[in-house]
Amino acid sequence: MNAYLTSLLAILKREALRFVHQRERFVAALVRPLVWLLVFAAGFRAALGLSIIPPYQTYITYETYIVPGLCGMIMLFNGMQSSLSLVYDREMGSMKLLLTSPLPRWWLLLCKLLGSNAISVLQVYAFLTIAALFGITMPVAGYVMVLPALIVAGLMLGALGLLLSSFIKQLENFAGVMNFVIFPMFFLSSALYPLWKMAESSELLYTICALNPFTHAVELIRFALYLQFNGPALGWAVAATGVFTVAALWGYNPARTGAGKRR
Amino acid sequence: MSGLHVSDLGFAYGSKQALDGLNFDVGAGRFCALLGPNGAGKSTLFALLTRLLVAPQGAVRIAGHDLSTAPRTALAKLGIVFQQSTLDLDLTVNQNLRYFAALHGIAGRDAVRRIDSALDKLDMRERANEKARVLNGGHRRRTEIARALIHDPAVLLLDEATVGLDAATRASITDHVHQLTDTGTTVLWATHLTDEVRDDDDLIILHHGKIHAQGTARDIRGKDALQDTFFSLTSEPA
Repeated sequence: MNAYLTSLLAILKREALRFVHQRERFVAALVRPLVWLLVFAAGFRAALGLSIIPPYQTYITYETYIVPGLCGMIMLFNGMQSSLSLVYDREMGSMKLLLTSPLPRWWLLLCKLLGSNAISVLQVYAFLTIAALFGITMPVAGYVMVLPALIVAGLMLGALGLLLSSFIKQLENFAGVMNFVIFPMFFLSSALYPLWKMAESSELLYTICALNPFTHAVELIRFALYLQFNGPALGWAVAATGVFTVAALWGYNPARTGAGKRR
Repeated sequence: MSGLHVSDLGFAYGSKQALDGLNFDVGAGRFCALLGPNGAGKSTLFALLTRLLVAPQGAVRIAGHDLSTAPRTALAKLGIVFQQSTLDLDLTVNQNLRYFAALHGIAGRDAVRRIDSALDKLDMRERANEKARVLNGGHRRRTEIARALIHDPAVLLLDEATVGLDAATRASITDHVHQLTDTGTTVLWATHLTDEVRDDDDLIILHHGKIHAQGTARDIRGKDALQDTFFSLTSEPA
């Protein structure tokens, strides 16, 4: 078997085993969006009036509106979680094993990215299943159509996690990621409210939301769930994935550390 | 050319010079001890030899392959045991080794054969199905050494591989690694413990990022105990 494929399968298997060993993490990752969906959304339902905007063709409940955003939230947290595990791996030394392999570094990091993405996708499907049990359903074909959108969104957020992990030197610094990456990305997006609502409050915030790649990841998922293709959202997500990946590979380039930084 | 060749290797962390113009060769099948007190630059040297860091100055050749121009070929010839354990404690010995083999593109029956052979060399075969978490420190180290041998490296680097182990276990692991040179493996063994070095071993004494002595251990110590020679060479300021 080809060395590239061998390493890919081994890394995917290791991610899967790690996932099996950390079932609490899976449950925690599901509880968070479910609390938003079943508690927060129920409370906000009355406060927020939604007009009919694409891809919806009729009035929808607030719970239905935030499902794609919560899918994005799962992937965002998972991307950051895998970044956290990379920093942990580096502190504990197991990252060295990967970085001293004779296979190209970009390939091994890509394998890591694909592994954590697969776990994210599984978590989103578990969430969509539970949401459906509570009566929040999408068109049946939407559950299939959303798969490629989830993969693109997961790759984008995973690449962002990879990028952050290349620059975060210690686990202690990770709390900052929560405050400065996860929360702003989530709240400054279309996950919880349509952007036109934001525009009514502040033009500046609206612009930031419109530029936020997470908004586009959420919109890509939202449209796909309703069997529609959102070209601009896909373009934004792919471009952001490219930028994050190139920057992450640069961050992991050993020559960069030759300038005198201890890793 | 086989073995390990290092020429004019230097590295600085900002303004602090960690290694300064190192030159040394370790011939094929030789055991070379790299002896230095804490902070001598041993770990920085290992990071440069394993390409975790890239040196702005100097060259490293592993089994004839230049680490800067042909890094992947050079790394394929290198076995590494890091100072810090790099085992996944939730996986068995076998799973850890299979993961490593895959990172070197080795799978299937070939991987099984190589893993069995590496475990045999370190007397670890009967523990293949135990989780790394339940192994004692000595067995974890042996697992890591076995893992570093799976791809038949020409050069084996060990960075203070016996740190934290009791005297008997240290002696046993040192014996095992010395035996590896019988089959032509070149070994660079970093340590700060003189009792791990034998008279016939090559020896490099590193202090404040510079080589203070180089030769066989017997020649360097002369009539003195190696411990005394080491102390006298490393007690002086850089």
